[in-house]
Amino acid sequence: MKSLPIQGRTLALVVVLFPLLALFIYVALRSGPLAPVPVTVARVKTEAITPALFGIGTVEAQYTYKIGPTSAGRLKRLDVEVGDLVRAGQVLGEMDPIDLDDRIRAQDAAGKRAEAQLSEAKARQAYAQIQARRYEQLLTARSTSEEIVATKKHELEVAVAGLQAAAEELVRVHSEGKALLAQRSNLKIVAPSDGLVTLRHVDPGTTVVAGQAVVELVDPANLWINVRFDQIHAGGLTVNLPAQIVLRSQAGEVRGGRVLRVEPYADAVTEETLAKVEFNQLPEPLPPVGELAEITVALPPLPPAPVIANAAIRRVDGKLGVWHVMNGDLRFTPVALGLADLDGSVQVREGLKVGDQYVVYSAKALTADIRIDVVDRIPGVTP
Amino acid sequence: MHAWGKFVFTGVGLGLLIGVTLSMAGIYRGMVDDAKALLDNSGADLWVVQQDTLGPYAESSSIYDDTWRSLRGMPGVASAANVTYLTMQVRQGERDVRTMVTGVTPGAAGTSGWPPYLVAGRQITRGHYEAVADIASGFKLGDTLQIRRNYYTVVGLTRRMVSSSGDPMVFIPLKDAQEAQFLKDNDAIHQQRRRTAENPAFNRPQVPGLLDAVIASQSINPYVNAVLVQIESGHNSEVVAESIRRWKRLTVYTRNQMEEILVGKLIATSARQIAMFLVILSIVSSAIVAFIIYTLTLGKIREIAVLKLIGTKNRTIIALIMQQSVALGLIGFVVGKITATLLMAPIFPKYVLLEPLDSVIGFGAVVVICILSSIIAIRAALKVDPAEAIGG
Repeated sequence: MKSLPIQGRTLALVVVLFPLLALFIYVALRSGPLAPVPVTVARVKTEAITPALFGIGTVEAQYTYKIGPTSAGRLKRLDVEVGDLVRAGQVLGEMDPIDLDDRIRAQDAAGKRAEAQLSEAKARQAYAQIQARRYEQLLTARSTSEEIVATKKHELEVAVAGLQAAAEELVRVHSEGKALLAQRSNLKIVAPSDGLVTLRHVDPGTTVVAGQAVVELVDPANLWINVRFDQIHAGGLTVNLPAQIVLRSQAGEVRGGRVLRVEPYADAVTEETLAKVEFNQLPEPLPPVGELAEITVALPPLPPAPVIANAAIRRVDGKLGVWHVMNGDLRFTPVALGLADLDGSVQVREGLKVGDQYVVYSAKALTADIRIDVVDRIPGVTP
Repeated sequence: MHAWGKFVFTGVGLGLLIGVTLSMAGIYRGMVDDAKALLDNSGADLWVVQQDTLGPYAESSSIYDDTWRSLRGMPGVASAANVTYLTMQVRQGERDVRTMVTGVTPGAAGTSGWPPYLVAGRQITRGHYEAVADIASGFKLGDTLQIRRNYYTVVGLTRRMVSSSGDPMVFIPLKDAQEAQFLKDNDAIHQQRRRTAENPAFNRPQVPGLLDAVIASQSINPYVNAVLVQIESGHNSEVVAESIRRWKRLTVYTRNQMEEILVGKLIATSARQIAMFLVILSIVSSAIVAFIIYTLTLGKIREIAVLKLIGTKNRTIIALIMQQSVALGLIGFVVGKITATLLMAPIFPKYVLLEPLDSVIGFGAVVVICILSSIIAIRAALKVDPAEAIGG
């Protein structure tokens, strides 16, 4: 029994110290920089991906008419409000004519005076003609001198010229009258086509300058979306590709559309390609002009090719590639990539074959001599 | 070995103290690692920032977003990418999280500024309204984040993508980040428009489109915080940096200079605080060891007197006491290392990096402290009069 106390104490020591030591060694090896790095792997598979382009845009009207006077003046009346539908040729308002009406009246009076002058000239010409004939007859009867006959002929010629002048004067005055009437009708604000009044910039009584818009019209049947795509992600954008449109105010609803036009001018400052996308069917009620929309343009699907996840692509020493797992060892393989779709799949043109295993996710940056631990999910990530 | 209960108990207590010490060292290393991770994860060899500023992390910097074009053509430059950084609150559902929102230039994985590796999901593929978040932010795949006016879907998750102060990073497309950086709330925009309209220089009736053009120019943000440059292999980074400084008149930092700025300037104050804590904790630990060894020795005065009486050498007595002290230190160290790794590191809100070298140095320090602390007890033991063994 004497050996028991020593054995008991030693036993207690062993029971306490050995697990402690074991725990210590475990802690030293499994955590911190000496531990293996958890990674997830996948195999290269053959898939036909459907690339797509994503851009944002604003709803715009195809045609916007900014209607205003062609010279400075005061707005006399404006008969339409925002939201009114107007027809082509409808008079929307009028500028203040100031003295134009008086000038038209003056011109009318001048026209009448010109007519009177024409009558006077006709009468003079008729009389001169009669006188000339009479004196010619008298000349043949030798009752008058040749000088008088010449004078009468001269007076006839003058009267004929006077008649022509008076006739042309009448034409001139009438034309000026028409010009003033045209000016007068130019002061009316007229809708150039059917449309919807969207803006009413000034109210009656305001002075406006030449070229300033008084009302703006748009054609509500022709709304399109002006879309901007990042130039890097705009490859393959052509006319007639199908598009999916999501308006900002209707985030859950996807509408169909198509690419109407790719603008010949890109935006060099923001590095974006511009395009116009139209709705297959205009939404009811019409979205306000200027509303934001998200557009996804589907490109034609590509033939099946080896595909990897874009989360696997790393850059090491200036080269793009993936970490290839061969027999549990890591090797960095540079790859040449092809097209990608919007869900994260990228085609591999060179570097990997179908069935090769590669690292998708890793808990740390990888180097060639790191030990890896293949897991289903990186610890710390909840599904 | 009586009073071994007291012995082990003290060892555990000492162990917790040592655990705290190791954690403090780990916190410092974690802060330095945060700074290094930020620099490594940006994938850049050079940082080009506004002239005379200390770079995008230590100080705010703004350069035009087309500066990258003139840098891209310089000799030795393999790629140049815009990047923006903004530390702000990001809302998700009912809570908001302080994050560093990083705007990454459009491109593909491998571009500078993009997260170099993911732990879930995928990289950003759309030009707007997608985000990759760090798991330290608590966001999950599919979450909807609100940054200013827009909503972003989390499509990928990363790990150890943090700012130098430990805020998790959220990567969003550059154009959205530029908008987030400058765009004010709608009331402020309304006020700005009103002020512009009331300024007669901008609102001239003879020039109908002037006001709209001025308001449009106020509503854009052509700035980014830095351009991340990667250098072609075979070129010296300092040479390329110097040519950019000289000809583009921008400030350029190489990797080493950025590390110096982040570690030397940003973390300097925290480093001093932690160093002070380490010194205090070491003093406290040595005081505890000294005290307990002294107490235990005093409790054994009779036995030591007996040993002296029977002719044991002083050296043996000293060795005994020192062994006891070192054993205490060993138990303390083992308990401390376990506590630091399994308990403190995971629950501490900042990243704690426990390096093996630190543990080895810590072990050496513990042994030295224990040896030194046992000196008081040794002196007391040596002064014992052997006569006490038989006397009173």
